Amino acid sequence: MTPAANRYDAIIIGGGHNGLVCAAYLGSAGQRVLVLEAAAAPGGAAANVEFSPGFTVSGCAHILNMLDPKVSRDLNLASHGLKLSLPNLKTIALAEDGRHITFDGALATNDSLQVYSKTDKANLADLRRLLLRIGKLLKDFYGTVPPRLGTESWSDRIALAKLGWAIRRLGRNDMREMLRIAGCNIADVLNDELESDLLKGAIGFDAVLGTELGPRSPNSVFSLLHRLTGEANGIPGALALPEGGMGAVTRAMAAAAEAAGADIRTGSPVARILVENDRAMGVALETGEVIHADIVVSNADPKTTYLKLLGPQYLDTGFVRRVKNIRTRGTAAKLHLALDGLPEFTGLDAKELGQRLLIAPSLDYVERAFNHCKYGEYSTAPAIEMIIPTVNDAALAPQGKHILSAVVQYAPYELKGGWENARDEFIDTAIKTISAYAPGLEGRIIARELLTPRDIEEKYRMPGGHWHHGELALDQLYMMRPVPGAAQYAAPLPGLYTCGAGGHPGGGVMGIAGKNAADRILKDGKSR
Amino acid sequence: MKVYDAIVIGAGHNGLTTAAYLAKAGMDVIVLERQPYIGGATVSRELYPGFTYSNCSYVCSLMRPEIMRDLELPRHGLQVIPYEGGVTMMRNGDYFATYPNHDQNRREIARHSAHDAEAYDYFGAETLRQCRFIKKMLLTTPPDPTSFKPRDLFGLLDIARRFHGLGEEWMYDTIRFWTMSCADFLDQYFESEVVKGHLAGTSIIGTALGPYSPGSAYVLLHHYMGEVDGSIGSWGYARGGMGAVSGSLANSFQSYGGEIRTAAEVEQIIVKNNRAVGVALSGGEEVLGKMVISNMDVKRTFDKSMDPADLPEDFLHRVRNFKIRGSSGKLNIALDGLPDFPSIPDGCRGRTGDMHVSDSMEYLERGYDDWKDGTWSREPYIDMMIPSLTDPTMAPPGKHYMSVFVQYVPPYLADGQWNDEKRAAFGKTVIDKIAEYSPNFKDLILHAEVRTPWDIENETGLTEGNIFQGELTMDQLMFNRPVPGYAQYRAPVKNLYMCGSSTHPGGGVMGAPGANAAREILLDMRIKT
Amino acid sequence: MTPEPYEAQLLETPFHARTSSLCSTRQWGNWSGFASVNAYTSVDMEYFAARSTAALFDISPMTKYAITGSDAASYLNRLLTRNMEKVKPGRVVYAVWCNDAGMVIDDGTVFCLGENDYRLCSQERHLPWLLDSAIGYNVEIKDITSGIAALAVQGPTSSAVLKAMGLVGIENLKPYSLTEFDLDGHSLMVSRTGFTGDLGYELWIDPGAAELLWDRLMEVGSLYGLRPMGSEALEMTRIEAGFIQAGVEFFPGDLPTRPDRLRSPFELGMGWLVDFDKGHFIGRRALLQEKKTGSRYALVGLDIEGNKPALHSFVYQGKDTEVGIVASAMWSPTCKRNIAIASLKTPYHKDNHGLWVDVYVYRELKWERIHASCKVVDKQFFNPPRRWATPAGDR
Repeated sequence: MTPAANRYDAIIIGGGHNGLVCAAYLGSAGQRVLVLEAAAAPGGAAANVEFSPGFTVSGCAHILNMLDPKVSRDLNLASHGLKLSLPNLKTIALAEDGRHITFDGALATNDSLQVYSKTDKANLADLRRLLLRIGKLLKDFYGTVPPRLGTESWSDRIALAKLGWAIRRLGRNDMREMLRIAGCNIADVLNDELESDLLKGAIGFDAVLGTELGPRSPNSVFSLLHRLTGEANGIPGALALPEGGMGAVTRAMAAAAEAAGADIRTGSPVARILVENDRAMGVALETGEVIHADIVVSNADPKTTYLKLLGPQYLDTGFVRRVKNIRTRGTAAKLHLALDGLPEFTGLDAKELGQRLLIAPSLDYVERAFNHCKYGEYSTAPAIEMIIPTVNDAALAPQGKHILSAVVQYAPYELKGGWENARDEFIDTAIKTISAYAPGLEGRIIARELLTPRDIEEKYRMPGGHWHHGELALDQLYMMRPVPGAAQYAAPLPGLYTCGAGGHPGGGVMGIAGKNAADRILKDGKSR
Repeated sequence: MKVYDAIVIGAGHNGLTTAAYLAKAGMDVIVLERQPYIGGATVSRELYPGFTYSNCSYVCSLMRPEIMRDLELPRHGLQVIPYEGGVTMMRNGDYFATYPNHDQNRREIARHSAHDAEAYDYFGAETLRQCRFIKKMLLTTPPDPTSFKPRDLFGLLDIARRFHGLGEEWMYDTIRFWTMSCADFLDQYFESEVVKGHLAGTSIIGTALGPYSPGSAYVLLHHYMGEVDGSIGSWGYARGGMGAVSGSLANSFQSYGGEIRTAAEVEQIIVKNNRAVGVALSGGEEVLGKMVISNMDVKRTFDKSMDPADLPEDFLHRVRNFKIRGSSGKLNIALDGLPDFPSIPDGCRGRTGDMHVSDSMEYLERGYDDWKDGTWSREPYIDMMIPSLTDPTMAPPGKHYMSVFVQYVPPYLADGQWNDEKRAAFGKTVIDKIAEYSPNFKDLILHAEVRTPWDIENETGLTEGNIFQGELTMDQLMFNRPVPGYAQYRAPVKNLYMCGSSTHPGGGVMGAPGANAAREILLDMRIKT
Repeated sequence: MTPEPYEAQLLETPFHARTSSLCSTRQWGNWSGFASVNAYTSVDMEYFAARSTAALFDISPMTKYAITGSDAASYLNRLLTRNMEKVKPGRVVYAVWCNDAGMVIDDGTVFCLGENDYRLCSQERHLPWLLDSAIGYNVEIKDITSGIAALAVQGPTSSAVLKAMGLVGIENLKPYSLTEFDLDGHSLMVSRTGFTGDLGYELWIDPGAAELLWDRLMEVGSLYGLRPMGSEALEMTRIEAGFIQAGVEFFPGDLPTRPDRLRSPFELGMGWLVDFDKGHFIGRRALLQEKKTGSRYALVGLDIEGNKPALHSFVYQGKDTEVGIVASAMWSPTCKRNIAIASLKTPYHKDNHGLWVDVYVYRELKWERIHASCKVVDKQFFNPPRRWATPAGDR
């Protein structure tokens, strides 16, 4: 390879969705971009894997609820093959006796609520209005680079003023609600407004999905709001399933990036970010190959980026301390079951099996499940989110066979005694829990796989196996995400940027972090 | 019939504070107290002959020095004696003590972790920084962020200006501090479990949060804000028990011409034409005043002592949703002698201060899990003191009074209401726990008063027995306390005010809500002080 | 054995039996948790011993960290602002280290005892910072403060004292070098370092041999005017030498509770310790920025009219513009000048006209206010050639 061919404007480390989005934006701006992906295919945690011969499942993330419509439009993902197999996924909160409650992702109500309560339908509609209103406000700030505090810069001051103004514009009542509710725990909010345990359990579980929180933990309202910033098909807060699994989303993104002129090299794990004269100037692959570029963009999480790929020797201790202290304790395990036929759930017809099913019968149930994980134990009665993607997308499994893909919570990253001995026990616990709602499930299982947070860490290179590359808590948000001093996508080391979920606005297959990072990079490029 | 300038409901420390400030400004004020004695939860009571029990609150240092000075409390009988540190006894027989002397403290921490010994200074500096930032807000009425009134805008601007003055790094630290969990905060500094367990204790006192709950770092700070003679973070006893606080406030109030009526239970606040005009006592008697000021918590004030028709529906809904969670219990014990604590060495002065047995944060968090399940902690957090070691007025010579604060104790049990039998079982749990660390403890007990949240509510009127009149979580602090839009001590009814700990800055024997309420009232009255 | 914390507020140094019997003023201070003599007999006489014969000072309480491991050199190179790759075994350097913002955390001396074997001596304790800075480095950091007994022998006859004690060739030891001797079977490390700005040595030995070393020095020292010195006399020599002191000239890093209390190396006159060419070190980016935008303060020496020490006085310019504050001040008996070390706002340190200090003097139950004009001067007020001469002189 000639030196010229080996030189890029930007190298992106990691071909997860944010890396691909960033590559597409930089590519369309005329930059020569190289994406280096360690795995055999791009996609990161939103890629497909064949966990058993013939059975393909979305490896980590399995529902599309937050993909940013602007990113989707800008990258023209539809023309690159993205199609939704189920555009507005419903959520069914399972009851053991079959008296389930169905609602959409956006908490839109329907008459199944009447089974348990006369007032819940109206009260949920009110709560939904408020939460979506605040969610919309959050969303407006998700798409921008966070300002820094206390600087002399006018752009920071203007950004802060805009934030203040946006909050004021909510009007007196909603503003008061927002300032109050953001610090609340979801259990209080739900108990204040709703009656049905099953409904509250389901919403409470949504609020803590993928976090190290229980429904009674302050902050949990915020993590629900984070989910509600998403949309599908223009419906705020809605959920969807992409045709061909989540892998189809990242495949479309990869195609978009390539169409924008980016090169994608798979099977190329990066060993180190290279530094010269206090500036990032390229990367060294694990093979020893060196690739130069004007800037390096890391889609890896902040701990990996700063402490492993770059190394503390190029950083200051206060900064390293902050990075070290980022909380990345994953709590969600992913369970994949290959089934020889469609399982039967009490009180659900075959069509309903294609929806999103939740096992979270009450707030107390979820909170008790959470208790265990605080002490390094797994939940003996876990809360579970599951889908059977093959109902809507038969191509993912052999003819007549099905897949059950589930998020099982809570499974602590650091299990006392280690995961090796406990893995099978935990799978059995999860299956037993599901079987209470789907008698006969056990007999249908032909293969099973559990990804504990530790496995997720190893497989997807996310520390702690945390979906969001760092807990989505108020002290790790916005101008403090991933850490102060690096929250504007630029590392303290000139020439190095981050574009992953570890930065604002966090995880979920949104693509916004990638887009914001590209904005920042292009802005810096202009001022250079 | 006499019409007072102001009626204060409840002779707790905040009610008396407000009353004293108003009387000092020349108003004709009466304080009505349900119990035959004053003080609310700041009392000294002789429940066993010769012994003085501080049977609710038990330490004094949050009390704002500005108030002590304005109301001349020392002249009226308040004397605060600092104590010499504390100690946590460990399950492995070792102990961890704290000392007022910096180097002793450092060397003691070093016995458990060399790293933590030196990290303690950094921890101390950060907490002090946060205290300095917040301290100024304690005696300030929280501005309403939704308002465009000049006063609120200036208030907000002032906070913003002081916040900005911290500089970039510290601003982030401050935001983080207000939102993170005590455990995450301490993990940043310390590695030793017992050091963290000892420090985390203050983050859960009176609070229905565990040390792992986000927001609990703030509660840690709330307790660190205490100061004795300008030394922030230090703690002391009121000589003569906590009744000395309410007693000195009452003396001060009466010296300005104020009137106190005990055994006068207010049944209802009388509202006419959307104005508070007086109160009806439980005997049917009415007391009239130009204004009514309630030292009761918001639920008791608005939900229990008013006609719902007199209040906006939305306000009442919010009051009902205000979180006042009972989570604490108390044992007051008369001892025939000083109990042995074999794990504390003889020369260690930590036993004059707060003693604990919770040697890790997990210990505390597990206690919280029990509370969530509707039972008292099987392994409770115990904040145990023997004030008679430093204060001779508390017990006869050679005998001792022990105050044992217990966290977590639910207001309602999963299997029903509290009753005598369950109270006794709870008391046994605590006494057994102490006896694990003190072999002769049980033999020395002359008398023990066991107080559950239910008892505390019945006696003091605090809803659910919550010592703060409302949780100290972010959604209930500053301009959100007690209800967004009503954080400036004025109720939605004209001439009705709130001065209890349900208002900013919250509970603890601080007096700040009372002083702030008085300032707002005088502002409305256009009385210059 | 170390007493339990509840037993002793202050620890005793290995020389305590000797120092306490000589401390006739009974004036002790707290130095990092150790009892340290403020003055043995007379501050002035102890000071003059240091300046004209030799003085003996117990420096055992100084915080000492052992830094070892295969990355020790590169670790220190990242930690400290100066280039440590140039420091060879047997050498000692003075260094400062900064936080992320380029503000000085502390200063100290680093002893290079061997390949990747260092000792860091400082005023304050910094274990958490040192350990967090070691993330990613193969290095071990241990507090060895109480494992080493140390004495400073300072003054014109110090070399002669050590020679008389049998340390052959000590006069050839260069400033900021160290070497080892045998003292009755005990290894005795000697470095030509000190805090007085004069010829002087520091002696490091196993605590078990502490009293032996003390006795031997006092015995041979009697012929050379050796006299034990307390911290008050040392402080006088420190100011004359123009050395900075943590907690006096600067607030040790990361501990203030108020913003704007910290100082960068440039603001402390330590710019010469900052090596931008050696690669990254902690605070480098912030210090480069400061180079570009300018420093806020400058630490200067002041020569003040009159003879009243201007300790903690404000420094004014012109009519009443407040431009700084005096950190240390004294009448220098040796220089015969009224000297001070002061932190001035920039650029007032450059304009040497119209500076004055307000000195308050309490005379016979009455405060008097003295308006004393002053001049910015080199803060190394006392710097005799004998301090640097090798071989070192005998008197």
